[in-house]
Amino acid sequence: MDVTLTVNGTTRTDSIEDRLLLVHYLRDVAGLTGTNIGCDTSSCGACTVHVNGESVKSCTMLAAQADGTEVTTIEGLGGADGTLHPMQEAFREHHGLQCGYCTPGMVMAAVSLLEEHPHPTEAEVREGLEGNLCRCTGYHNIVKAVLAAATSAPAAS
Amino acid sequence: MSILGNRVLRREDPKFLTTGGVYTDDLPIEGAVWATYVRSTVAHARLPAVDGTAAADQPGVVAVLTGADLDLAPLVPRQPGLRPEMARPLLATGTVRFVGEPVAVVLTERRDQGEDAAEAVIVDYDPLPAVVDPLTAADHSTLLFPEAGTNVAKQQGEAPDDAPWAACEVVVRQRMVNQRVAPCPLEVRAGAAEWGSDGRLTQYVSNQAPHGARRALAAVLGVEEGQVRVVAPDVGGGFGAKISLYPEELLLGWLARQVGRPVRWSETRSESMVGLGHGRAQLQDVTIGGTRDGRVLAYRLEVVQDAGAYPVIGAHLPTFTRMMASGTYDIPTVQFTTTAVVTNTTPVVAYRGAGRPEATTAIERAMDLYAAELGLDPVEVRRRNLVAPDRFPFTTPTGAVYDCGDYARALDLAVEASGYARLREEQARRRAAGDRSLLGIGVSTYVEITNVGGAGEYAAVEVRPDGGAQVLTGTSPHGQGHVTAWSMLVAEQLGIPMEDIEVVANDTDVVPSGGGTMGSRSLQAGGLAVHEASVELVDLARKRAADALEADPDDVVLDRVEGRWHVAGTPAVFRSWADLAADAAAAGGQLRVEHRSAPPSETFPFGSHVAVVEVDAETGRVRLVRLLAVDDAGTILNPLLAEGQRHGGLAQGAAQALLEEVRYDSDGNPVTANLADYAMVSATELPSFELVSMETPTPVNALGAKGIGESGTIGSTPAVQSAVVDALAHLGVRHLDMPASPERVWSVIATAAAPNRASFPLSD
Repeated sequence: MDVTLTVNGTTRTDSIEDRLLLVHYLRDVAGLTGTNIGCDTSSCGACTVHVNGESVKSCTMLAAQADGTEVTTIEGLGGADGTLHPMQEAFREHHGLQCGYCTPGMVMAAVSLLEEHPHPTEAEVREGLEGNLCRCTGYHNIVKAVLAAATSAPAAS
Repeated sequence: MSILGNRVLRREDPKFLTTGGVYTDDLPIEGAVWATYVRSTVAHARLPAVDGTAAADQPGVVAVLTGADLDLAPLVPRQPGLRPEMARPLLATGTVRFVGEPVAVVLTERRDQGEDAAEAVIVDYDPLPAVVDPLTAADHSTLLFPEAGTNVAKQQGEAPDDAPWAACEVVVRQRMVNQRVAPCPLEVRAGAAEWGSDGRLTQYVSNQAPHGARRALAAVLGVEEGQVRVVAPDVGGGFGAKISLYPEELLLGWLARQVGRPVRWSETRSESMVGLGHGRAQLQDVTIGGTRDGRVLAYRLEVVQDAGAYPVIGAHLPTFTRMMASGTYDIPTVQFTTTAVVTNTTPVVAYRGAGRPEATTAIERAMDLYAAELGLDPVEVRRRNLVAPDRFPFTTPTGAVYDCGDYARALDLAVEASGYARLREEQARRRAAGDRSLLGIGVSTYVEITNVGGAGEYAAVEVRPDGGAQVLTGTSPHGQGHVTAWSMLVAEQLGIPMEDIEVVANDTDVVPSGGGTMGSRSLQAGGLAVHEASVELVDLARKRAADALEADPDDVVLDRVEGRWHVAGTPAVFRSWADLAADAAAAGGQLRVEHRSAPPSETFPFGSHVAVVEVDAETGRVRLVRLLAVDDAGTILNPLLAEGQRHGGLAQGAAQALLEEVRYDSDGNPVTANLADYAMVSATELPSFELVSMETPTPVNALGAKGIGESGTIGSTPAVQSAVVDALAHLGVRHLDMPASPERVWSVIATAAAPNRASFPLSD
């Protein structure tokens, strides 16, 4: 089947297998490998992207279901001039990443979290990121980064 | 001003935060076919036939290969003392020994075609009794390797002498389970193999030790090491489980040769949960004895190590458990025995701490049991037994030589910073009030060994004619921040800005040798090599600058702010780093130093952790409220990176105490084989951590540095476990195995409270 998606601002039409997951579409068809795959039970959140502005685990959605949507991945989060999104900046400033594998999904989930709750408590950040697993940081600096992003900038979109 | 010791932000981060890293599965491999392994669904069975004919007709199938097609020798365990009869075939032949063991492999044009075709491979299983419990393995009623005549992979230790126990006024015994856990790096295993027209193999792999991988590949394929290039691109975590290569990775080059095309592979998480090695898996019998006033006289640790189906490093881990058995304490008699057995489960490998967390948890739980028997505070009993600061270097009864430390100060800091006395008051208040939320306080002290073997590490530092520097390192960074840390070390000596320093690792064609990253060795081995190479390079440059400036080398100074060499007092006449590199190039050479560090011995980081939990008396739910860590890893190069290592370790250690456990049913079927069933810790189950700094430089190396990668895990597991037990202490509970699941905690509360339920508010 043919699908047309706008990925990081670029509209593209591709002929795909019906059963293709959005995450495989992004990685294998669109060539955007920033979005990672960490599990096969929709548990880890490494593949989190934004679909029409809402965070979605892209392994839970068929590419066909995303037909006609606007998708943003980690590659499209920052400014076109290379400037970092405030959340990316906060992760860097607070050492919120180590091996980097969970990072794209974690950052996308965190951006979405602040859009819904611009001024979360620590507990709300932890609850909000429950579906995104990280094995390196113990979540400490991720939580710190998200809280810092919440106080340093207005909720970004 | 020195850059060392500063919170320098990571140079690695912008890429990870914008385009994402380039992991093995992200690499474009032109013309590659995909490998999909067919895995055993039975824990123990004869394997009369594996039939790939139907699979071969599936769409996109290029080849189907089984154990019968293999002309490669099985993998003989290389750790000392393991039995060659327990070698592992690269694809199971004759017998399968654990669920998940590869029995065949399908090569397809596309990855998804492989998933379909693998299901069409017909495997006949003739089931054998599954050995799941290590104690059952030890009775030899079913043998995994009949030709070995035993299920024992390795035994260590001396027959215990009972004499020292006669002097003990109090003796406490406890059986403990240090349960099997899954390392769970976020990136699962992946690899790709490609033969060049020059007959050389290039293998990409998600791994912690590319040079070790090169050795292993060359051995399996029967080629010279020089014929193999191993590249580890960005690696999404390893935690010990990616130190060695597995059959799935070792076969890729062979498969590529069979089909004459590059072959690539990546596993699913469900495959990873049974295919990637597991950690811990010790059954421990501890005995501790001493005087009534709290002086420990004797300690015995008897370990049954579950090695899994094929003994590899896991069977060897009790060596480290033995080495660290007595922990931070000065105990006159320490006795240790271990039996490692094979079972029909996933092989056990190194996992963050690798044998040392098991030692620490055993001795720390033993100290609490001893304290409880005496009716003394656990902190007080520890104080009475710690190795005194004036005893270093301290040789333990099991032969470890602790380099330096102040264990009492670490404990004091932890007690003070946690407000220990106030916590005890609050605990007493809640108990008196019959509060449903039970407060538990757990304390640990620990010492661990890092850079085991102290083999040294390779580094090269070169200044190039553009004035920038390139560093080659034999360590294998996969999240630790070596690019930043090694840049700091070079910048400090050379005065070249960090952003002009390139750090290259993880490619065996570029870096000639390396030990990889494991066992908290990188800074004290690899960082030290980079530091020493930089110092040597400065000496070399000084001579070259002196020649160029026609001066005595002793009169030439390096202006590290400008990156220029000049005669002291006359800065206007200088040779820059770029000039010297250009001079060297003009003379047909390089401004370069190649170096191997040779640290004389291991180092022993130490510390003390305090955990505070709340246990819901009605549901058994445990909430970790606080986790405070004093960790002393000697001189800290970059506190930001060191803290990150501590955070991650604390989380994994706490996760073992509270949540995580790999489980099998009695037939050897894994019941935790994905991330929905395995309780990998998430952000909601953890608090923010409280870190207290302590730095006691080690005299062992020039950086004063010890390892920091595993301390968090080692100290936190017993602290958190003991906190759960402590919350229930007033009910007469002395010990509770990990993980502290609500069911387990609730059951022990219900049992303990049963005789006197009226005094305790439990609902029926």
